[in-house]
Amino acid sequence: MSITKDEVIHVAKLARLKFTDEELEKYSHQLDNIIKYVDKLNELDTDDAEPTAHIVPISNVFREDEVVPSMDREKVLMNAKEKEDGCFKVPKIIE
Amino acid sequence: MELHKLKIHELHDLLKNKEVSAVDVTEAYLERIKEVEPQVDALICITEEYALKKAEEADKMIQDGNINDLTGIPVIIKDNMCTENIRTTCASKMLEDFVPPYNATVVEKLNNLGAVMVGKANLDEFAMGSSTENSAFKTTKNPWDLSRVPGGSSGGSAASVAADECAFSLGSDTGGSIRQPASLCGVVGMKPTYGLVSRYGLVAFASSLDQIGPLTKDVTDCAIVLNAIAGHDPKDSTSVDKMRKKDYKEFLKEDIKGMKIGYAKEFFRQGLDDGVRESIELALKIFEDLGAEVREISLPYLDYALAAYYIVSSAEASSNLARYDGIRYGHVATNYEDLIDMYMVSRSEGFGKEVKRRIMLGTYALSSGYYDAYYNKALKVRTLIKKDYEKAFEDVDVIVGPTSPTTAFKIGERVEDPLAMYLADVYTVPVNIAGLPGLSLPCGLSNDLPVGLQIVGKHFDEGVVLNAAYAFEKACNFNAKPSFKGGAR
Repeated sequence: MSITKDEVIHVAKLARLKFTDEELEKYSHQLDNIIKYVDKLNELDTDDAEPTAHIVPISNVFREDEVVPSMDREKVLMNAKEKEDGCFKVPKIIE
Repeated sequence: MELHKLKIHELHDLLKNKEVSAVDVTEAYLERIKEVEPQVDALICITEEYALKKAEEADKMIQDGNINDLTGIPVIIKDNMCTENIRTTCASKMLEDFVPPYNATVVEKLNNLGAVMVGKANLDEFAMGSSTENSAFKTTKNPWDLSRVPGGSSGGSAASVAADECAFSLGSDTGGSIRQPASLCGVVGMKPTYGLVSRYGLVAFASSLDQIGPLTKDVTDCAIVLNAIAGHDPKDSTSVDKMRKKDYKEFLKEDIKGMKIGYAKEFFRQGLDDGVRESIELALKIFEDLGAEVREISLPYLDYALAAYYIVSSAEASSNLARYDGIRYGHVATNYEDLIDMYMVSRSEGFGKEVKRRIMLGTYALSSGYYDAYYNKALKVRTLIKKDYEKAFEDVDVIVGPTSPTTAFKIGERVEDPLAMYLADVYTVPVNIAGLPGLSLPCGLSNDLPVGLQIVGKHFDEGVVLNAAYAFEKACNFNAKPSFKGGAR
């Protein structure tokens, strides 16, 4: 398989990234090379293999439902560039 | 006495016998850092004031008779582990001003033991890379030859140990990021079994592969640090519960008679540097002389591990890095049209090239229409690789081979060719894919550059790996040190 420039534009949108035309050319070319390399996985018959998402077989991990102090609001907000009345401030999204 | 040259266990003896104070030790290392850092560039920040305060606290612990193996020992932490009120950048413009409100569990553990953090180490941005050239701030130099890379992504951690800027450091390893730089810098580095060490407070790259581990000057120190950081943490539910942790110092024995040691014939194919091959063949001979049973094994799916790794790790990275939206923390754009555009501009300005490349690859592999062809396929190949190792470990106790196919390469040599860079991790990646413990230790020199030997064990068999490594270290007696003469050899 190979990746087209249109696909790169589509994926960039999904990933919330912006590229200049020059960058798009370069990324299309490099991603195409990488994808051609990973296509070697298709040489393998994996019909009988279950997918392994996680190496240690852990199912639900439960703990006691105990009340413990939360992090101070000040600390939670300390890295936000925009904040107001103890909240994160974001651009208006509804007119 | 040159304190900076000492190992953890040697410093510990001096501190215990009150021949030196923790403040003496810390001051000696801070001085060493000032002396060599302009050449090596291993650190993103030096925490001088903080370190001197911590050293005073450590001296108080010692006076109170409360000394343990790491009390008063200087450490450098990779800058992708959160340190409370101390900037943690991941070597990214995205987190250039990020100050964590809490400590990573490993940092908390070291603090409680009285270890003294003297600085934070450079890395490839968000731990994505094999040379530290992807750092947004600086490229770390290899102390053995300043025109060469230290490896990566924990290149700052490895170089700082090799240059005696600390007694030990912590790194993180997703596809080789502890072992490969350890190999290139001639130090000991270990990636523990997935789940042995808590990842809480480690900035996530690929959550099913990431693991924190030590970089040290010898195998004894590696066991000491592993003792300090291993164990269950309620804040990381993938950290294992079942009393898996052991006293790793108990495994530091020279006797490995009868230990079954395998080497995969697939290790010795094209792409392996001749000098590296010779050192590894010599290492196998040393194991034989020690009375181990050395035998050839096969890992037929080894060739596919790198491809599977780049799909799985990039997919997980694209998902993990979706959190950087410029709102709660991180870089935020000043010129944008609307909310979506704010995300796009903030992320495009904040992330570097390699990080964007991996986000793109991961997003593509997870996108509608390609999920089964790439992501799911890679997870199935992951199963095959896991089974490869399970089968091999029916016959052997550990698997040994080269850590990296080459010694340290030149700065700039591979930056324009991502695939060539990825090949630096061909021997380390399968170990992460299978979640196994792996250790790299120096086993010789090739053209005056260190060669690393990788020892891989079964899940939670760190003890056996350390036993093999300790016996090898004693027999091999590698004691070369970098000369700091720079590129003109």
